[in-house]
Amino acid sequence: MSTIPIAQPALEKPWALPSRGPVGMACLIAAESAIFTIFVVAYLYYIGRSLSGPSPKEVLELPIFATVCLLSSSLTIHFAIAAMRKGKMSAYSFWWFLTILLGSIFLGETAREWFHLIYDKGLTISTNLFGTTYYSLVGLHAFHVTVGLIGLSVFMIFALLGKLQREHSERADVFAMYWHFVDAVWVVVFSVVYIIGR
Amino acid sequence: MASESLAVAGIGDFKRPLTALLNDWVVTVDHKRLGILYILYAIVFLVIGGVEATIMRIQLIVPHNHFVPPRVFNALFTMHGTTMVFFVAMPVLFGFANYLLPLMIGARDMAFPRLNAFSFWITACGGLLLYFSVIGGDGLYGAGNAPDVGWFAYAPLTSQVFSPGHSTDFWVLGLLVSGIGSIGAAVNMVATVLCLRCPGMTLGKMPLFAWLNFVMGGMVLLVISPLTAAQIMLSLDRYLGAHFFDTQAGGSAVMWMHFFWIFGHPEVYVLIIPCFAFASEIIPVFSRKPIFGYPIMVAATVTIGFVSFSVWAHHMFTVGMNSYANSFFTITTMAVGVPTGIKIFNWIGTMWGGKIRFKTPMLFCVGFLFQFLIAGLTGIMLSAAPLDWQLGNSYFVVAHFHYVIVGGILFTLFGAFYYWFPKMTGRMYAESLGKLHFWLFVIGFHLTFDFMHIPGLLGMPRRIYTYEPGRGWDVWNLICTIGVFFQIAATLVFVGNLLWSMWKGERAGSDPWDAWTLEWSTSSPPKEYNFAAIPVVRSRRPLWDIKHPEDPDWKYE
Repeated sequence: MSTIPIAQPALEKPWALPSRGPVGMACLIAAESAIFTIFVVAYLYYIGRSLSGPSPKEVLELPIFATVCLLSSSLTIHFAIAAMRKGKMSAYSFWWFLTILLGSIFLGETAREWFHLIYDKGLTISTNLFGTTYYSLVGLHAFHVTVGLIGLSVFMIFALLGKLQREHSERADVFAMYWHFVDAVWVVVFSVVYIIGR
Repeated sequence: MASESLAVAGIGDFKRPLTALLNDWVVTVDHKRLGILYILYAIVFLVIGGVEATIMRIQLIVPHNHFVPPRVFNALFTMHGTTMVFFVAMPVLFGFANYLLPLMIGARDMAFPRLNAFSFWITACGGLLLYFSVIGGDGLYGAGNAPDVGWFAYAPLTSQVFSPGHSTDFWVLGLLVSGIGSIGAAVNMVATVLCLRCPGMTLGKMPLFAWLNFVMGGMVLLVISPLTAAQIMLSLDRYLGAHFFDTQAGGSAVMWMHFFWIFGHPEVYVLIIPCFAFASEIIPVFSRKPIFGYPIMVAATVTIGFVSFSVWAHHMFTVGMNSYANSFFTITTMAVGVPTGIKIFNWIGTMWGGKIRFKTPMLFCVGFLFQFLIAGLTGIMLSAAPLDWQLGNSYFVVAHFHYVIVGGILFTLFGAFYYWFPKMTGRMYAESLGKLHFWLFVIGFHLTFDFMHIPGLLGMPRRIYTYEPGRGWDVWNLICTIGVFFQIAATLVFVGNLLWSMWKGERAGSDPWDAWTLEWSTSSPPKEYNFAAIPVVRSRRPLWDIKHPEDPDWKYE
């Protein structure tokens, strides 16, 4: 007897389990949240402990425009996937491209802000504790935006090549979970860095 | 060599050239092969870490010994700790989870096979990076090679000033990279359990092994990430001149401790919970009774998972926290002992009145029960902050956590090796050699780690390179080192037994233990697709239902 046959009695109810994509992405988001939590805790703990200037009050300005862009990209990606589910691929491409554009504007704004801080205000990661925590927390988030933009671009390339179809909407949905997470993290980072910390 | 032999034993393909076989193993995404790769990889590092421990014990065998220079000794305890936790315990547990989870829940593979392969190879790279420090750690400074900052690498010792060269960077990178692999493996485990269970297997009908590894996977997601974050901060400090842990610029060395132990303590439970899983599978089968108190076992595991996130600062009593923090962490640490105690009662309850067969896996599990109990009791002692002020950073602590890791984790792991060896290779191990391994290891373990408590109580600090004679420590250190040689002999018996049995052992058949979970329903070793037809289950012991159609479990669950 090499194998024991398992009888197959009929089940009362149809057998349905969650699909693996969203579950896997939820796990990744949980792990990422833990990383961000540590950086946020470090930021909060070190507020006001810098031994030298410049302080956040002196140099930080509210990045309202960038924030509006990033948060609205959550809406556009939602519209893109809604269009994809209906098979309207050109509408999908339009909204998806808008998402990339908004994300890129956010990243550009961050770059502009950093350039201003480094060259005009003389704040680098090694200047003081504020610089250390600011660049690492905002930088960690910007890194996630960058990864998101790369992912978005991959989808875009496939869409332009005509390889992306209605049946890929679940994958796009899973990716959108990541993008929404990046946006949600920005709400936290914004509150911590620009409201509580300033 | 080893992979070739396993391929021969496992796949039965004698004709193909060695390169083709190697290629099969390198590009594989099969959960069983990746599981075996994880396990082999861990065994290699187990030998390395064991050699390091042996050298340290030889250095401490008599006072004023000069077997190795002090700097090498510092590197040895750092590498020993790091290796054993990150490159032995974690991969070997991931290996068993990888191999067994899909088989136990009636699936054909893990949820993300390619992620699975990626996780293994990146973990492997982490270990190689750590040991590459021996070659590349010098940097430009002629500083010491191999990290020597201790496995928890407290600041400010890790700053560029005190650890020049690249050895500490290799430590940081090794853990960072293997951490990515751990998170990938954990994502896979959680998704596999949630999404791929065979029809009929509700969460309440999963084998405890699957439940406990599910909890472990969930914990890894939240446990490894803080370490990753802390390693990023440390790299920024070392390379870009950031000030996270730089007290000269207002940073805090205590923050590193918090971040490290937020990872470090739950990590202990990450390691022990899969071992609970082994015990929860082995003890019922060899007691011929279903597990006692299945729902309580699950609840206790989940409770341990949650409570273990609030105990970390009991590693920091001696740092000087305020009385509220001390009280809080004392209470939570004592509280985490409660669900663990419940588990021990449940395993004893399973054995109670059972028809116990003392095969090697069962012997190791019984040893585990006794030793883990003692480890828990010394843990409760150390959880009391005032006593910890006396005993913190002494050999008593070293003895305590080796009692957990060797007496608890390694013993159940040995049990798991013997229990699932027939499934993985299709052949039985030699029972007499298995028993010899057990008794030699029990003797060696108790000689080393029982007597290690005493110099700790007498004030011998951990991590010292040598000591003065006449402090009452000499004889205890001598006994500890003698025990090591029993453990080495036992391990040689173990490896020899498995190697010999892989070729010469008698055929095991699909179900040598008359067990009840799904992995025993398929051939040994299982085919690449695991199950010809996806099974359908109605109870926690599907094979019992098949073997006893007149009295199936599902009538009572």
